[in-house]
Amino acid sequence: MGVGCGHPFTRFSAGTEPANPRFSLMLAFVVRRLIATIPVLGMVAIFVFLMLRMTPGDPAAIIAGDHANAQQIAEIRERLGLNEPIHEQLVTWGGNLLQGNLGESFFFRAQVTDLIQQRVGPTLALAVSTIVVTVLVALPLGVIAAWKHGTWVDRLVMAFSVIGFSVPVFVLGYLLIYVFAIRLGVFPVQGYQSIAQGIGPFLHRLVLPSIALSVIYIALIARITRASMLEVLGEDYIRTARAKGLSNRVVLLRHGLRNAAVPIVTVIGIGIALLIGGVVVTESVFNIPGLGRLTVDAVLARDYPTIQGVILVFSFAYVLINLLIDITYTLFDPRIRY
Amino acid sequence: MSVARDELVEAAAISAAEVRRPGTARQIAANLSVLLGGAILLLMLVIALLAPWLGTIDPAFLDPAYRNKQPLETHTIVDPAGNEVEFTHWMGTDTLGRDLYSRVLYGTRVSLTIGFAVAVLSIAIGLLIGLGAGYTRWVDAVVMRVMDGLMAIPGILLALALVALWGAGLVTVILAITIPEVPRVVRLVRSIVLSVREEPYVEAAIAVGTPVGKILYRHVLPNTIAPLIVQGTYVAASAILVEAILSFLGVGIPTDIPTWGNIMAEGRVLFRVYPHGILFPGIFLALAVLAVNMLGDGLRDTLDPRIARRL
Repeated sequence: MGVGCGHPFTRFSAGTEPANPRFSLMLAFVVRRLIATIPVLGMVAIFVFLMLRMTPGDPAAIIAGDHANAQQIAEIRERLGLNEPIHEQLVTWGGNLLQGNLGESFFFRAQVTDLIQQRVGPTLALAVSTIVVTVLVALPLGVIAAWKHGTWVDRLVMAFSVIGFSVPVFVLGYLLIYVFAIRLGVFPVQGYQSIAQGIGPFLHRLVLPSIALSVIYIALIARITRASMLEVLGEDYIRTARAKGLSNRVVLLRHGLRNAAVPIVTVIGIGIALLIGGVVVTESVFNIPGLGRLTVDAVLARDYPTIQGVILVFSFAYVLINLLIDITYTLFDPRIRY
Repeated sequence: MSVARDELVEAAAISAAEVRRPGTARQIAANLSVLLGGAILLLMLVIALLAPWLGTIDPAFLDPAYRNKQPLETHTIVDPAGNEVEFTHWMGTDTLGRDLYSRVLYGTRVSLTIGFAVAVLSIAIGLLIGLGAGYTRWVDAVVMRVMDGLMAIPGILLALALVALWGAGLVTVILAITIPEVPRVVRLVRSIVLSVREEPYVEAAIAVGTPVGKILYRHVLPNTIAPLIVQGTYVAASAILVEAILSFLGVGIPTDIPTWGNIMAEGRVLFRVYPHGILFPGIFLALAVLAVNMLGDGLRDTLDPRIARRL
C-alpha cells in the first residue's frame, strides 16, 4: 500500500455516497416478494403436471378418445413420455417448461407456445378494455355511494353491486347481443378484428364483450371502493380538509380516494381471477379467437398439452400481475413499511 | 366466483366501523336480505321437488314435429295414460322439440343439488385440512404452500381441465368444482384457528392438560361455524354459476339430464331467431345465484360481525 493512500476501509466509505436506507429496504422488499412467488409458480407447475398423471385410468386413453385403437393410445403415451418413471417425467417436463417449451398440441398440430402467441392478442385487448371500463364506472359509483352514504343513491349502487355480482356473464352477453346487435343493430353480433385493421372497427367490436365482462367486476370494485371510502371519510383529516373549506371534489378525490386506494387496487388485482374465468366464457359467446376460446376448444378436443399450457400462462399472469401491483403500491405509498 | 369476495374479506383490512354482537335467530329472520334470498330459494326448492307435478311433461320427450315453437304455443300430445290432451308450451320448445318449461323446471334440481353438494363437500374437506394446518406448524407450512399454488389457478380453468380429464357427469362436475373452492375454506378455517389459539380460554384449557382433539372440538370448532355457514352460501352461489358455465361450454353435464347451462348451450345455435332458449334458463340461473348471494350477505351481516364490519 503506497504512501498517500488512506486505509482501504476509510477510503471506501468516504468515496461512496451513503446508501439511501429507504432505497435498500425497498430493494430488499422487492427481491423478497419476487423470491416468494417462486414456490407458488412452482406449485402451479407441479399441479398442472400431476393433474394428468394422477388421473384414475390411463391418461393416454382418455386423451385419445373413445374411438382410438391401441396403437394410437401407445403413440400418445410415447409422445407424452408417460412410459418413463414419474420423477423423470417431472424433470423432463420442468426442464422444457423453464426453456419455454410447452410441448406440441395434438389437435392443432402446432407448438403450444405458438398457439398461445397467436391467441394472446384478442384476450389482452378484451381484458384491458374491460379493466378500463370497470375502473371508469366502478370508482365513481363507489365514491358517490360512500359520499351519499345511507341515501337512495347509496342503496341503488349497493343493489346494483349485489345483482351485478349474480348475473352470469353469458346470460348478460346474450342479452346485450339481442338488444344492441339484433334488435337495434348498433353493434356487430359477434367477432373480433385486430387493431391492425383499424382502430374504429377494433373498438366497435369490443364494446359489447367488454360491457358484459365488466359488470361483475364493476360490482366487486364499486363495493370495495365504497367500503374503503367510507372508512377514510370518517378520518379526522377529512374533517379538517372540509373545515378548511376545500371543495367536495378535492376532499373526495385528493384526500379521500387517494388514501382509500390500497385495498381498491389490491382487489382489482385479485379480481383478475374473476376476469380470467369470464374471458373464457365471453370469448365463446362473442366468438373472439383468444386464449379463452383456445381453452374451450382444447378441452372439447381433450388436447391436454394445450390445456396445460393455457392454464400455466393464465396462472402465471395472475400471480405476476398481483406481484406487480403489490410492489407498485408499496413503492408509492410511504405509509407501508418493508 | 366467491373467489374475489372471499379474498376481499381478507385483503381489505378495514377496521371496525361498529362492533356488533353475533346475531340471534330473531335478528337473522328480520334481515331483509335473508328473507328475500331465502324466499326465492325456498320457491326454487319447491319447484325442484315438485317438478313432475307442476304441469310438466317428460323433459327428455322430443317431438320432431314441434321444434322451435314460440312460448305459449299449444299442441296436442298423448299423455302417459294414452289420452290426447291439449298442452301449452309456456316457454316454447327447443331445437329438438322438447318442452322448455319442463326442462327449465327439472334443471332446478341439478343446480340446487350441485350448489348444496359443493358447499358441503368443500367445507368438510377445508375444515379438516384447515384445523390440521392451524394446529400443527409443520403441516401448516406444507399445506399452505400447496393451497397458495392451488389458489393461483383461476377456478373455472381448473374445473374445466379436471372435467376434461374425468369425463362429464354429475359426480365429476361436483368434484371438479369443489377442488378449486377448498383452499379458500382452508385459509378461512386456519385463520380462525390461529386467532382462537391465542384466546385466554384456550390457553387455560391447554394449561389444565386438555387433549388437543378436545380443544379443537370444544373451543375451536364452534368458532368456525358462523363464518363457515357464510362461506358455504358463497361457495354454493359460485358452484351453481360454474356448473352452468361448464354445461354451457359443452363440457359439463350431458344433455339427457337438463340443466340451465346445457339448455342454454342448445339455445345458442338458433339464438338470433329463438332467444327464449337462452332467456328463460338464464333468468332462473341469475335468480338462483342472486338468491344464494343475498342469503350469504344477510347471514354475513347478522352472523359474522367480524367479517361484516370489514365489508
